[in-house]
Amino acid sequence: MTASRDFDLAEMSVRELNEFLHRELPELVDVSQGASIHDDDPLTRINVFNPNGGHSIAAGLDCAVEVEIHGHAGYFIAGMNKQARVTVHGNVGWSVAENMMSGEVRVKGHASESAAASMHGGLAVIEGDASSRCGISLKGGRVVVAGNVGHFSAFMAQAGTMIVCGDAGANLGDSLYEAVIYVGGKIHGLGADAREEPMETSDVEAVRSLLSEADVEGDPETFRRVASARSLYHWNADAHQEY
Amino acid sequence: MNAHPQQRHLEESASFDAGVLEYIRQATQCGLYEIRGMGAKRRLPTFDDLVFLTASASRYPLEGYREQCSSRTVLGTRFAERPIELEIPVTIAGMSFGSLSASAKDALGRAASEMGTSTTTGDGGMTPEERRSSKTLVYQCLPSRYGFNPDDLRQADAVEIVIGQGAKPGGGGMLLGQKVSPRVAGMRTLPEGIDQRSACRHPDWTGPDDLAIKIQELREITDWEIPVYVKMGATRVFDDVKLAVKAGADVVVIDGMQGGTAATQHIYIEHAGIPTLAALPQAVAALEEMDMLGEVGLIISGGIRTGADVAKALALGADAVSIGQAALIALGCNNRCHHDGNDWVDVDDDYGQLETAPGFCHHCHSGRCPVGIATQDPDLERRLLPEVAAAWVKNYLQVLAMEVTTMARACGKSDVHHLEREDLVALTVESAAMAGVPLAGTSWIPGAD
Repeated sequence: MTASRDFDLAEMSVRELNEFLHRELPELVDVSQGASIHDDDPLTRINVFNPNGGHSIAAGLDCAVEVEIHGHAGYFIAGMNKQARVTVHGNVGWSVAENMMSGEVRVKGHASESAAASMHGGLAVIEGDASSRCGISLKGGRVVVAGNVGHFSAFMAQAGTMIVCGDAGANLGDSLYEAVIYVGGKIHGLGADAREEPMETSDVEAVRSLLSEADVEGDPETFRRVASARSLYHWNADAHQEY
Repeated sequence: MNAHPQQRHLEESASFDAGVLEYIRQATQCGLYEIRGMGAKRRLPTFDDLVFLTASASRYPLEGYREQCSSRTVLGTRFAERPIELEIPVTIAGMSFGSLSASAKDALGRAASEMGTSTTTGDGGMTPEERRSSKTLVYQCLPSRYGFNPDDLRQADAVEIVIGQGAKPGGGGMLLGQKVSPRVAGMRTLPEGIDQRSACRHPDWTGPDDLAIKIQELREITDWEIPVYVKMGATRVFDDVKLAVKAGADVVVIDGMQGGTAATQHIYIEHAGIPTLAALPQAVAALEEMDMLGEVGLIISGGIRTGADVAKALALGADAVSIGQAALIALGCNNRCHHDGNDWVDVDDDYGQLETAPGFCHHCHSGRCPVGIATQDPDLERRLLPEVAAAWVKNYLQVLAMEVTTMARACGKSDVHHLEREDLVALTVESAAMAGVPLAGTSWIPGAD
């Protein structure tokens, strides 16, 4: 048996919710033992109602729990997440899953700017579109966008994988390091030092595997690979404004 | 007929002096601007241009050797449940592991802890060594977010959102490939040996309204326990401080143009930002206008060197100062010798290989620091012994604390934070205008209503 608990942000503050998630919840969940340290059934699901565009909901989680946010939410949802699986049944503002370390964040609607910014690990899934700078400064993990992404997505992305099933805006992958981007739709322009590379069999399999993991539809054979040309890794005085 | 050589008058151009000629020659040969470490070398108005009006018949001094003078400093009381409590009003500024060796960070932490003050991480994350050695550690949140993670955030005593620094306001971080060692590269999730140039804007927020929401997120993640600092390079200080306060900062850190760096473009170092002396009164004025003086902490940095500098900064309204370059010099930066635990070892030749000399070196960017401070080279790093260097820094901090309390007593104050603007006068018209204190011997404050 598992247990869930409901929280209504129309009747409590985000701060009160997060304090529960940080301080009390870990004691109510013990996945490794299959039971909580208390006699009750382990708490595995948190429902959050009436998010009403609130910011920082479920930020800083470090616990293997499912959090369902029912409605539209604001900035920094599930920021710096570890372990938790957070689902937003609506749209989100800026920087959802920023700096996520592990776990999963899923947005059933659209995401505003800087989705998965500086993410280190885990899986971020945007089932709608993501705005500009999606995956900016990415440091690891997997980002899957079922729709389109805006300009300067994956800017200075250092590591990890980003899949865009729709179109990508201008300056995709500007100043990329070792992150790899796969795009299923149209690319409206590559940024400095980003280049399109041949899709190898391993790339097709990587896309297939990641789409499956994210539960997002797409034909892996139609995707294109974008990675760094690595021509700006060292000072190049003749590169001028390319940096 | 030519004039006799001894009679010839050679006139150097004021516009194209030897320094400018060298700059142009370098540009013609390299095609790339100069990158270097340390801070501005040009002459600027400084705290040296102010003096104290210590007690006399009209003011009553405290006994310098018998009466207590408190230097206890509390920062971050606005929102945080656990404010920072320091024994002295001198903190160690953010300097990255990567720009500095792990030994240097370790030594700074040991010295600061012994003196009851804080150290600060830098661009590249928190090392276990500095967490262990630093009793009070401020964790920087920089645009690059290298190594930034929730575990380190939760074990920090405060978090500092870095918008800019005095040596390069508006510019991003830089670490040339020779310092991107395997460990540094691993912490920053970067390929080893690349020239690392980090972003100048944060990836997840842009303007001041967003900053307010970012601060809220950091508070939520840390359950509102630790203070949030906002650090900025000194440019439009009055407006910037007001925006940071409005965004919810517990502490504002203003870094004047004398502030140092491990590497950036020369044009930033010498030509961007305003002097620390000019920045501090603007920051204080902003807090006063918002009725936040005392509620929002104010730290000033950039070229703080002596106890006199500290005392003058406090008198002008700072709650604390932060030191970077001065702390490195205390570690042995620009020394002709390093200490191997038993004896001094001359490294003048190593400075020579960098085409510089002790006292003139600003080659932190090269990674070839002759005294083992600004390097990732294991052989060079061994030249800095943390336990030895920590003692030097501790002594230096102790002198600063002794000097500031000495001056406070002479001004009749039993607490260094009781020093006030009224205790100061200026020696030059420009410093009087910048600091907002009277020109010595007059009641004239240039620019005052």
